[in-house]
Amino acid sequence: MAQLASALMTMIVGILGCVVYFYGSNILLDKIFPTKNRPAQDVARNLRIANNVRPWLFLGPAVLLLTFYLFYPVIDSIRLSFFDRSGDEFVGISNYVWLFGNDEFFESFQNNMLWLIVVPTMSTFLGLVIATMTDRIWWGNIAKSLIFMPMAISFIGASVIWKFIYDFRSGGDAQIGLLNAIVVFFGGEPQNWITMPFWNNFFLMVILIWVQTGFAMVILSAALRGIPDETIEAAVLDGASGVQIFFKIMVPQIWGTIAVVWTTITILVLKVFDIVLAMTNGQWDTQVLANQMFDWMFRGGGDFGRGAVVAIVIMVMVIPIMVWNIKRANAEMEGR
Amino acid sequence: MADVKLTHVKKIYSNKVEVLKDINLDIKQGEFIVFVGPSGCGKSTLLRMISGLEEITSGTLEIDGQVVNDVPPALRGIAMVFQSYALYPHMSVYDNMAFSLQIAKLSKEDIDQQVRKAADLLQLTPYLDRLPKALSGGQRQRVAIGRAIVRRPKVFLFDEPLSNLDAALRVATRMEIANLKESMPDSTMIYVTHDQVEAMTLADRIVLLSGGDVEQVGPPLDLYEHPANVFVAKFIGSPSMNVVPCKIEKAGEQTSVSICPSIVVDTPIVTDVKEESKAAFFGIRPENLVVVETAEEGFLTGEVTFVESLGEATLLYVKVPGCDEAMIAKQAGTLNIKRGDTVHLSALPEKMHLFDSNELSYLR
Repeated sequence: MAQLASALMTMIVGILGCVVYFYGSNILLDKIFPTKNRPAQDVARNLRIANNVRPWLFLGPAVLLLTFYLFYPVIDSIRLSFFDRSGDEFVGISNYVWLFGNDEFFESFQNNMLWLIVVPTMSTFLGLVIATMTDRIWWGNIAKSLIFMPMAISFIGASVIWKFIYDFRSGGDAQIGLLNAIVVFFGGEPQNWITMPFWNNFFLMVILIWVQTGFAMVILSAALRGIPDETIEAAVLDGASGVQIFFKIMVPQIWGTIAVVWTTITILVLKVFDIVLAMTNGQWDTQVLANQMFDWMFRGGGDFGRGAVVAIVIMVMVIPIMVWNIKRANAEMEGR
Repeated sequence: MADVKLTHVKKIYSNKVEVLKDINLDIKQGEFIVFVGPSGCGKSTLLRMISGLEEITSGTLEIDGQVVNDVPPALRGIAMVFQSYALYPHMSVYDNMAFSLQIAKLSKEDIDQQVRKAADLLQLTPYLDRLPKALSGGQRQRVAIGRAIVRRPKVFLFDEPLSNLDAALRVATRMEIANLKESMPDSTMIYVTHDQVEAMTLADRIVLLSGGDVEQVGPPLDLYEHPANVFVAKFIGSPSMNVVPCKIEKAGEQTSVSICPSIVVDTPIVTDVKEESKAAFFGIRPENLVVVETAEEGFLTGEVTFVESLGEATLLYVKVPGCDEAMIAKQAGTLNIKRGDTVHLSALPEKMHLFDSNELSYLR
C-alpha cells in the first residue's frame, strides 16, 4: 500500500513538475521579451529572440537526460574496456586480446549472425505476406489485432509462454508442452527442444519472430495502403498475375519501408538478450553477445573490463545499421 | 472489327445501390465515343465495367462480337488511360511502356521496337530513361497514353485523362488525343469526361448519362440542336439553355405557347392536337436570344439584373416580369448595357425548343 502511494506520489509530482517547467519557463520567456504595448521594432526583435529560444526550452530537458543516460554510458564503456575487472587499473588492449581468443565469444558471434539473418528476414517476410493477405479478407482486422498482440508482451513474458510450448517431461510423464503434445499425438518421440544444439537457436528465434511479425505487419500494411490503387489496376490491365503484381508493382513501391522495417528489427536482434536469458541463459550453444556481456559484467564474471569489451563490439555492429536506418527513415518522410 | 456492344447492362452494388440501370449501347469500330454526365452519373463505372475492373451485375458486354463478361481485363483487347496516369513510380518511362509486353513475354527486339515507335509518336524519346517523378504532368499523361498504345488494343479507354492538367495543357493534350485518333482510325475509343467542351470537340458520338441512365446518344451537334429532354438541353451548352414552364395555347402544325405567364410565342414545332392547353416547357439557348431596339421586334422585354462581360461575349441576366428565373442572353462582343436597363429580346423561331410535361422534347 505504502509502495503504491509513493509510486502515485512520484507520478503526480513528476507530471506536475513537467507542467510547471514548460508553462513557467515559457511565461518567463514572454516576460523577459515582452511583445505587448511596445514599439513595433522592439516587438519584432523580441519575437525573433523568443522564437529562437523557445525550442530549446522544450528540447532542453530531453537533451540533458539523453546526454546523461546515453552519452555518458558510451564514453564510460569505452573507458572501462581498457581497464581491469574492477575498473581501477589501466590494462591497455588486453581485454580485446582476451576477447578475440575466447571460444564463447565466437559462439556468441556466430549465433548473433544466425539471429541476424533469420529473424529480420522472417519477420519482414511474414509481416509483408500477412499485411497483403489481411487487406483482402473481411476478418483481416481481427487477424491483424491477434498478430499484433505479442508486441504488447515483454520478451521475458513471451519467453515464459514459449517455455510452456517447448516444455519436455522425461520418462513416461504426460507431456504438458504444446509442441511435444503434438509430436506425441502424431506418434512421435517427445524431444527436449531447447537443449538440442544448433536447432535450439531457431526455437529461440521463433519467439522473437512471433513478437516482431506484428510490428512489421503494421508498418508494411500502412505502406501498402499508400500504394495508389490505379497502379495496381493498370497492372491488372497490363496482364500481370497476382504474384507479378505483388513482386513487380507493390513491393518495389514500398521498398523504402521494407528496408526501414528490416533494419529496425536487425538493430533489435543485435541486442537480443532477454529471450536467451530466460530460455537457456546461453547454455547448449545458444549464447549471444548481449547475454555474454551481462554474464561477465554482473554475474559470475564480475569483470567490468571484459563486459565492456563485449558491449563495445555490439555497439560497433549496431552503429552503421542505425545510421543507414535513420537516413532511410528520413528519406521516406521527405517522400510523404 | 472491334465493336463494343452493351446489352441490358446493369450495375448494382452489394448495398443494393443501383448505379447503372439497363444500359444499351452499340459502339462501332473506329468510333470515338464520349461518356459525359455530372459526377455520380455512373460514367466511370460504365467504363470500368468495359475494362473489366468492375464486375457486370447483369446484361452482356461484347467486344469484337464475343461476350467478355467473364474474360479477364488483360485478354479483352483493351487499354486504359487513368485520370491519375497510374504510372509505375519505380519504373523508367521505357519500362512503364514495356511492362505489358514483358508480361506477355514478347521478344526483347519486339518490345524495343514497339516502345520506341510509341515514344516517337508521343515525342517521349528523350525521356525514356527518366522516372515518372522527373516528368511534367503533360509528359506523364503522354507516357500513360504510350503505355496504352504499345499494347495495340482494339479499344482504348480514357478515364478523365485531362482533369489533372492545367487549362493550357488540357487544350494541347486534347488536340493530341484528337490527332492520335486520326492516326489510328481503326481503333475504337471510349472517353469519359465531365467536361462538355471535351465531349463536344472529341466525340463522334456522345453518350450523355445521368443517374445511371442514358439520357441521349448522338453526334455532338445533334445533342446541341435536338436535345431529347430538358436534362440534355441544360447539360450541353454553356451557359445552359433557358427553360421556363409554359402552357400550350394552340397545337398542330405550328404550336403557340404562353410563357411568363401571358406572353404568347409562336413556334414552328409540330404537336399533336391532344396536347392543347397542357402544361409544357419552353426552351431557348442564351446564344439564340438577340437584343433588339424595340419591343415590337422582340418577344420578351425585361430588366437587366446582372451583366457579365467576358470580352468575346457578354452575358445578360434579364428578369422578365411574370417569370420566376432570369433569362440569360449571350451577345457577341461588348455591349453598352448596364444593370437596371430595360432590354428587348428576339429569337429565331426555329431555334426554339418545346418539351412536354415529362420534360421530353416534342420531335419536330
